Amino acid sequence: MVSAKSRAWIPHAILIAGLLVVLFPIYVAFVASSLDLASILEAPMPLLPGGHLAGNFIGAITAGTAKTSGVSVARMMFNSLVMALIIAVGKIAISLPSAYAVVFFRFPLRKLCFWAIFVTLMLPVEVRIIPTYQIVTNLGLIDRYAGLSLPLVASATATLLFRQFFLTIPDELVEAAKIDGAGPWRFFIDTVIPLSTTNIAALFVILFIYGWNQYLWPLLVTNTPSMTTIVIGIRQMIGNGDTQTEWQIVMATAILAMAPPVAVVLLMQRWFVRGLVESEK
Amino acid sequence: MDRRVVFSGWLFPAVLLLPQLAVTVIFFFWPAGQAIVQSVQGGDAFGLSTRFVGGDNFATLFADPNYLFSFGVTAFFSVCVAILALAPGLLLAVMVDRVVRGATFYKTVLLLPYAIAPAIAGVLWMFLFNPTIGVVAAWLRGAGVDWNYLLNGRQAMLLVILAAAWKQISYNFLFFLAGLQAIPPSLLEASAIDGATPQRRFWTIVFPLLAPTSFFLIVVNIVYAFFDTFGVIHNVTEGGPDKATEILVYKVWYDGIVGLDLGGSAAQSVVLMAIVIGLTAIQFRFIERRVHYA
Repeated sequence: MVSAKSRAWIPHAILIAGLLVVLFPIYVAFVASSLDLASILEAPMPLLPGGHLAGNFIGAITAGTAKTSGVSVARMMFNSLVMALIIAVGKIAISLPSAYAVVFFRFPLRKLCFWAIFVTLMLPVEVRIIPTYQIVTNLGLIDRYAGLSLPLVASATATLLFRQFFLTIPDELVEAAKIDGAGPWRFFIDTVIPLSTTNIAALFVILFIYGWNQYLWPLLVTNTPSMTTIVIGIRQMIGNGDTQTEWQIVMATAILAMAPPVAVVLLMQRWFVRGLVESEK
Repeated sequence: MDRRVVFSGWLFPAVLLLPQLAVTVIFFFWPAGQAIVQSVQGGDAFGLSTRFVGGDNFATLFADPNYLFSFGVTAFFSVCVAILALAPGLLLAVMVDRVVRGATFYKTVLLLPYAIAPAIAGVLWMFLFNPTIGVVAAWLRGAGVDWNYLLNGRQAMLLVILAAAWKQISYNFLFFLAGLQAIPPSLLEASAIDGATPQRRFWTIVFPLLAPTSFFLIVVNIVYAFFDTFGVIHNVTEGGPDKATEILVYKVWYDGIVGLDLGGSAAQSVVLMAIVIGLTAIQFRFIERRVHYA
């Protein structure tokens, strides 16, 4: 055991190396967001923060850059927030009742309904982008929040998680509810939903991050600059144009784009970890 | 698996199911069906007429050296991303499981990239390695490396692999850590008493017990590399230089949206669907087995 103790620093050394790899790209982005453009273009840029942090962030939030057609990052963050919330709340709102229906009832075509929902797990939106794009165009949902979010709501992850959880609710609870004369609606509202709060919170975290971080789909269905999400906005700021990219604003925007999902992960870490590991089982 | 005690009636559950079924039919079955229909149709350049062409689009696809090349690029990219995201994830999880002090801190920081969009991860890494302004690019040049991923296909591939893997390490770390913490401590204690070294304990007890987690993660990582890395490619290399990093999902988008070749793009979508269904089937077969024998 003596030899094991004397080598106790090895795990720490490996972990610190891991932390450096994880943090370095984020740190450099943060430093760049505190410099002026000239210092960044010096190449290599300094690795200690400069004095332009507040100016760059205010500039990004209120104005964006020349390449974002006058759309501010505040507007982009609002769009991302609406999209992420519709996806997270929408998925939870449609999958709680549908999971309840397939678990607590016997009705004709129940298995078929379950499989119809389940099969959506297999095909991410990336695989069916062009036809989905055509349908969203036909429905007149281009440049609408509904068009941004609804196609991403059509997936079974949440339904499966709730189904698995509902199967663990003891039969005695259902029997007790029946004896008390509670119908299926009462049981759903008074028993099933309160029991599911932890699962709902965990799922909300995962779905919010999933929604906020979308890229390919928003790239397709938004044409109007004012509908740009922040992840797409960064792309536009870099662009291929003739003008100089304002890297200090790009990196400030990148920090702003990372902040909400990172905050959600940090604040709700326990729920998130549990939800992630459970939902993939 | 079914419940024993249930409610009766069919109208109420039908109403409960309706919203999800509606969204699924409109945004899932309809487009998936469209993709299959379009994949056997050909049209003129203006989209004014379409006709049935059978397997022509697929034949064209698999006779196209660019498509086959893109297949190769995707396979290489996915395998590298999976390895580079899995191995460090496992190593870090084993180390966090071993330390007493600071485990929560390490865990919290290592989780961060999970929250970051692949597209943003691409921007961060591109900023480090950009040949004109990148910090790491300047170091590389200082060390005598002729670094310019905008011209050198291999360097471009390396960069997109690093960016994509960096984002995915968190996920693997988390699952490996959960797997490690599920191993009963008594097993490890017994083998320590028998005199097994930590290395031996890892390879003979821990690693085999992590096999189900590892298998699950391999599939997840390959699916991630196939489909979720569009943002990385689009932001870092745009599939270039000279299509060196054009993965299949990028090509579907490019041919369909930029090139306006709907039939060809739909045929590519159908091929991608077949790949995902295959991967998912492998995964479920495996999960079923784990449920039975666990």
